[in-house]
Amino acid sequence: MSVPGDLQYTKSHEWVRKENDTVTIGITDHAQEELGDVVFVELPHKGATIVAGDSFGTVESVKAVSDLYSPVGGEVVEVNSSLEDAPEKINDDPYGEGWIVKLRASEEADLLSPEEYEKVVEEES
Amino acid sequence: MANAELKHTPLYDEHKELGAKLVDFAGYEMPVQYEGIKAEHEAVRNHAGLFDVSHMGEAFFRGPDAEAAVQRLVTRDVGRLDVGQAGYCAVCYEDGGTVDDVIVYRREDEFLIVVNASNREKDLEHFRKNTKDLDVEVTDESDDWALIALQGPEAEKLLQDLTDADLSGLKPFRFAEEEVEGVAAIISRTGYTGEDGFEIYLSPDGAPRVWRHIVDAGVTPAGLGARDTLRLEAGMCLYGNELDAEITPLEAGIGFAVHLDKEVRFIGQRALLIEDAEGLRKKLVGFEMEGRGIARHGHHVTSGAEIVGEVTSGTKSPTLDRAIGLALVDPGVDDWFEIVIRDNPVPAKAVPLPFYKRDRG
Repeated sequence: MSVPGDLQYTKSHEWVRKENDTVTIGITDHAQEELGDVVFVELPHKGATIVAGDSFGTVESVKAVSDLYSPVGGEVVEVNSSLEDAPEKINDDPYGEGWIVKLRASEEADLLSPEEYEKVVEEES
Repeated sequence: MANAELKHTPLYDEHKELGAKLVDFAGYEMPVQYEGIKAEHEAVRNHAGLFDVSHMGEAFFRGPDAEAAVQRLVTRDVGRLDVGQAGYCAVCYEDGGTVDDVIVYRREDEFLIVVNASNREKDLEHFRKNTKDLDVEVTDESDDWALIALQGPEAEKLLQDLTDADLSGLKPFRFAEEEVEGVAAIISRTGYTGEDGFEIYLSPDGAPRVWRHIVDAGVTPAGLGARDTLRLEAGMCLYGNELDAEITPLEAGIGFAVHLDKEVRFIGQRALLIEDAEGLRKKLVGFEMEGRGIARHGHHVTSGAEIVGEVTSGTKSPTLDRAIGLALVDPGVDDWFEIVIRDNPVPAKAVPLPFYKRDRG
């Protein structure tokens, strides 16, 4: 399981990359492993407003549907629409080409450090 | 249920060693996947895959009235089965609802009914309760048998290397009793994937050896996840989804397994004859999603504002690369409807079953 040191994390297994006031969100390597082959992604619309803690989309594997939760509120400035045709990118490259949305953050949130996230995963297994 | 209480099949250690992801299924800790559902699914469609289905239950019927007992319990006329032949059928309640879907094997002096793991106790109780007046012994020998399924176009060639049974002469739904890798076995040309293949009944002690031998020959181990996507593409019913106590086998589209004209009366026959004469109350249809989304068990089927049915199974088909599903709908519903996915009605259209049919050329 890979947990890059330059990202922040949530208990619900999303990762967050902060660059100025833009945050990119995806799901972690652990999350994609648990889900298995991702076959469908439901994305928010560009321009939509996301409220911190609310579900903003879903990721489905062959067997399971998993809601996506944003730890950060804000306006959606970009969605990774390539996932609609190639959802397997989430399995292949969860921290890179498998990114899900970019937000202009308007609310701050409580995020986990890589070390804290690793502990969350350990406690779950 | 705590993990400590879960039962293990004789192949549990093999699954651990192969790094399977294990889940609770019908009280057993079973492999849901090894490498990944899609890869395992594709291996079965294109080459061969090996499944542990030892959790399935085995009920034996012995004694002078064994045939009469089985005739009473199942929808198929087992009097038409030869020794060495098997038949897929339903077990019904008096009202036509389904107790289970099973395979009946006719052996020399006995019948074997293979039942779904989740229904084992219920079935055995139903079998015994309804045959009390007959001279038959019904025994649950589920723990005495391991069961593996070798499925896929390369299955025959792979298995032939391990047995003296003449597999090229073994037709679908026929079985042979021969050793496999020196282990006594019932080799049945049956399966739940839509491919050619075999289900092999073995002693619990011998099963790991046979399993390892087949995996070492390069066959992909496959879990319950791929088993489900494979059977769904093949349009096969899963008890608890397409079939249950509220659904008759006619409604679930397995009328081919129901001999309504059977002369020996079976439980549920009267109700099924009436439903057949009066018309089905609901029917199973296959559908493909036209809009974006994957239908899942329990989603509503709507036509305009009206709810006209419910999804029984749905997935993204690895072979077709499309979202497919089965639904029980009102009989009058037309070929275009919507599936309500997370409050959102998404267009779908009915398509003929099965979704996938292997090339028998």
